[in-house]
Amino acid sequence: MNHPPSETLSRRRFLKDGLWTVSLAAAGAAAAALASRSRAKEWVWQIDPYKCIGCGRCATHCVLSESAVKCVHAFEMCGYCDLCTGYFHPDPKALQTGAEHQLCPTGAIRRRFIEEPYFEFTIDESRCIGCGKCVVGCAAFGNGSLFLQIRHDRCQNCNECAIGRVCPSGAIVRVPASAPYLLKVRNP
Amino acid sequence: MGLILSAAAVQAAERFPPPQFETDYQMPTLTTPPPRAAVWEFVDVGVLAAALGLASWLTLRKRSRRGIAALSVFSLLYFGFWRQGCICSVGSLGNVVLSLFDSSYVLPLTAAAFFLLPIFFTLFFGRVFCGSVCPLGAIQDWVVFRPLSVPAWLETTLRLGAWLYLAAAVLFAAVGAGLLICRYDPFVAFFRLGFNTPLWLLGLLFLGVGVFIARPYCRFVCPYGLLLRQAGRLSFWHVRITPDECIQCRLCEDACPFGAIQPPTAPWPESMRPAERRRLVFLFGLLLVLMSLGGWLGYRVHAGLAAAHPTAELARQVRLRQAGLIAEPTDALRAFDVSGRTLQSLWTQEADVFRRFAWGGLLAGVFVGFVAGVKLIQMSIHFKRTDYEADRAGCLACGRCFAFCPRHRIWETGKPTDSGETS
Repeated sequence: MNHPPSETLSRRRFLKDGLWTVSLAAAGAAAAALASRSRAKEWVWQIDPYKCIGCGRCATHCVLSESAVKCVHAFEMCGYCDLCTGYFHPDPKALQTGAEHQLCPTGAIRRRFIEEPYFEFTIDESRCIGCGKCVVGCAAFGNGSLFLQIRHDRCQNCNECAIGRVCPSGAIVRVPASAPYLLKVRNP
Repeated sequence: MGLILSAAAVQAAERFPPPQFETDYQMPTLTTPPPRAAVWEFVDVGVLAAALGLASWLTLRKRSRRGIAALSVFSLLYFGFWRQGCICSVGSLGNVVLSLFDSSYVLPLTAAAFFLLPIFFTLFFGRVFCGSVCPLGAIQDWVVFRPLSVPAWLETTLRLGAWLYLAAAVLFAAVGAGLLICRYDPFVAFFRLGFNTPLWLLGLLFLGVGVFIARPYCRFVCPYGLLLRQAGRLSFWHVRITPDECIQCRLCEDACPFGAIQPPTAPWPESMRPAERRRLVFLFGLLLVLMSLGGWLGYRVHAGLAAAHPTAELARQVRLRQAGLIAEPTDALRAFDVSGRTLQSLWTQEADVFRRFAWGGLLAGVFVGFVAGVKLIQMSIHFKRTDYEADRAGCLACGRCFAFCPRHRIWETGKPTDSGETS
């Protein structure tokens, strides 16, 4: 304390000390109020796949130059179709793995023969840009087993999600960090 | 056909039953990498508390500009580049407001701690957070090469912009239209080393201006800094230019790049008192006028502000489509169509958004008017000062003035051997 040595308490000092005490008490009360309202619970961002329309903004609006959003595959929902509309262009020339037949702009979906007539489709996340083209294709004519999710090994968990701001369907929501994914399930 | 089907993206049914495999095919599982472990959030709070403690010690006891500068580099690296600017105390203001108005959002303890810790430290030690812990301040502090002095009236007037920004940020967070402070954080693009052109330009602008006008964001924009200013006014201890006594040598007069050093004041002649008293009464009247004017203006602009809310924008597009002005449905309209929401619920929500913006705009306007009025009153009150002192509100606790004070130099040289000798 750097008060001048004075015998009597000056008016200004009395006011100042009083105000200090009051504001400390107010800050303390605010702290108690905030602490009682807050929880040791963190929020993370996630895409509600049942709201998502696959508009493609996830690929372009994430603060990361390579989006934190990737396509994921709920295998138990997949029909393992030969003519996968998430994999092939509409009206493909041939059901082959050539790039010209594929819907995915980065060739991130791997097509593998399992048994007649089934094919398995897996996502190579290192190539996926989260554009959602396959999501729209799969949902349009297939079972809708491909969907977009925010991958938490990549997401920076910004206070305000840059994709969420521009999401036309309000599909990007805060979820508890303890349950950080909103997965599609068969027959919800 | 394709369009209609793709519009119904999420409503896809199970068109093809999942196969019964005859081979021993093992179905892969969907991986779900977890977010950062919660313990790291508490590490962040620990680092913040430790940095604030160290900053207080360096500023008030050690009086070391070098130590403060070193700590600011650490803060820049840790809270800036390592934590990528999130979580930060400045942005936590938005979380606090959001949690007060949105019952579904529970404030995380870490956000509460980031909001409250710097305020408590400021009440005790002055704005040591701004001095060396805030990463936004630290990055600007390193480009203060040619600071020009800003006249006090201009500084005060420009700071009104920060109050306006604070009011807007609180309003937007309260009505659920987004966290403005985080959205327009000018340095977050640097911290993330990502390329977002508009934000890079904003950051470069602030750094460029910051070469001549020291720390422009802290002084004229930062809403959290305004809270700390008020806490700083009441700080129990705070930065003192001289370690012991002011010898009125005036050497520190131009030391502060932020214009936070206040010279001694001459006593006012008695004859001016009645006139000053009349002026004060007039200014109190003006305060009421400014508050009413602010409220009126805030109410006038509320509709324009509300258009920034996604619900209002969607309702606008729906009305345009009804009027036949939108041929190709926008993504928002497609999403609305497949969501199954009724028009009635949309109108209700829209009306609610406008109602909240109307109230919020009114209150924000009254608040800004109040601040402007109080500023005028403040400027016409005579404060008695006999020494050169750091302004408790404006001092950013950077410690640059220490080296300008001859008493500090003596204190410094005498310190290791016998500090009692120097007083």
